[in-house]
Amino acid sequence: MDEVDITRALERSVSRRTFIKGVIAVGATASSVGYLFRGGTPLLAMPAAQGTAERLLTLTVNGQLRRVDVLPHETLAMTLRYKLGLTGTKLGCDRAECGACTVLLDGVPHYGCSILTHQIRGRAITTIEGLQNPDTGALHPVQQAVLDEGGFQCAFCAPGFCMTMVGMLEENPDPTREEAAHALSGNLCRCGDYHKILNTAMRAAQLVRRV
Amino acid sequence: MAIIRDMIPAFDLFQPASVEDALALLAEHGEDAWVLAGGLDTFDWLKDRIKRPKAVVDLSGVEELTGIRDTGAGIEIGAMTPLSRVVGDPRVRADFALLREAAEHVATPQIRNQGTLGGNLSQDTRCWYYRSGWPCYRAGGNTCYASAPKAMNREHCILGRSRCVAVSPSDTAPALIALGARMVVRRAGSESIHEAQDFFIGPATDIQRMTVLRAGDLLTAVRIPEDWAGARHYYEKVRDRGSWDFALVSVAAAFRMDGDTIGDARIAVNGVAPFPVRLDSVERMVVGHAPDEALATEAGELAVAGARPLRHNDYKVPLMRNLVRRAIRSVA
Repeated sequence: MDEVDITRALERSVSRRTFIKGVIAVGATASSVGYLFRGGTPLLAMPAAQGTAERLLTLTVNGQLRRVDVLPHETLAMTLRYKLGLTGTKLGCDRAECGACTVLLDGVPHYGCSILTHQIRGRAITTIEGLQNPDTGALHPVQQAVLDEGGFQCAFCAPGFCMTMVGMLEENPDPTREEAAHALSGNLCRCGDYHKILNTAMRAAQLVRRV
Repeated sequence: MAIIRDMIPAFDLFQPASVEDALALLAEHGEDAWVLAGGLDTFDWLKDRIKRPKAVVDLSGVEELTGIRDTGAGIEIGAMTPLSRVVGDPRVRADFALLREAAEHVATPQIRNQGTLGGNLSQDTRCWYYRSGWPCYRAGGNTCYASAPKAMNREHCILGRSRCVAVSPSDTAPALIALGARMVVRRAGSESIHEAQDFFIGPATDIQRMTVLRAGDLLTAVRIPEDWAGARHYYEKVRDRGSWDFALVSVAAAFRMDGDTIGDARIAVNGVAPFPVRLDSVERMVVGHAPDEALATEAGELAVAGARPLRHNDYKVPLMRNLVRRAIRSVA
């Protein structure tokens, strides 16, 4: 997308979010070159070099089949963000510590930063983008609970927390506050908003039981 | 290591569908191969460029390595069984609640959903000098940075040091030792069975390995005999953060009562040595006695006999002593 395209896009009055995503896509192409050539080892300098061949995978993401070329050493979070444009999945620590990259694999919470996309094999991936009902536009109870409770401050951690809440409620739709805290212990909030996040989780459980 | 290094360097990825194929790949690639289970230990090493394997053998497609089955003489847990599945298994819950408790104390829900029992047992130590790429003994160098005069060694060992002072990080290891488990290790053409406590080796045996596993070996299963099924047990893990962390010290114990006295006992502690420590001498001492306060005190003292703390970890001595005491008290 060059400048003229961006202007045209703006003329078509696309939403701010779509516009930002377009810019991110351009940035990602440029910056992933940076990733691949960083650190003195030109990982992609020789296309025939070890382990650098992308393979075409078909992933089930939010109920849709997505075909994407994936490197052997690529994590799921990178594929989602930089190849599929699903930037709702955040990268915080990239070390399986903060939980911002949490996605569901067959309904179960996993850290997207710490699994290779090639390891997914036919499992259904759900990201934050997949929570809203695509037909009716209705919010998922967890999303509604976030709005009801004003659950997050800066909200960088929110997508990860929401996905963990969805996974938790699948397993236990009637958690105690303590059980919710235990279930959410793999997600960190640097604003320290845990009290409101737990309110959100309890509200979400209420809404889920009502459905 | 403040630099964010988010792209893993390239490697050849192999995804065998059977144990046989995995063993053949490990035999073929030898020292260049890296076994990938849940990946929670692996990806830190790779992202930080501290370990750079040429060939990664991913076991996620080897279905025969996942699952829990009744062997008639106990249970066998496939090495690739996720920890959350161990926690939720009805048989483990009913008969081997000690393992269930230990597995539930591992890290976070997301990590337990992906991390495997085999990976939890085979993971490398958390010594940050070693994990940051310092050329220490364990990394093939010729010094230990963690025991240097100004070293930060609050989390390091008080027992079993031999040049290296790192500790074993596994939560399930002491529980499996207390339950008398056996590890099934295969390599191309052969199989060997190891008592849980012999599966872990100290730096005096080999300073570059935490377990008996050598290049080409694969931990395929953990067998838990009926011996301690339904036994009374005690598990406690003390860590810096209540939500999740590695253990500072943990204790796992199984008891058979004979009336008011302890008929049989197995006690293991972790976080205190480069390997999980089975407390044989304490076990021998408590058997045949009533678990009163005097016995608990004596057991605690015996447990820490010979402990040699480093500059910043002398708190681990009373911590270990008290955890052993509490384990004995729990059957009073």
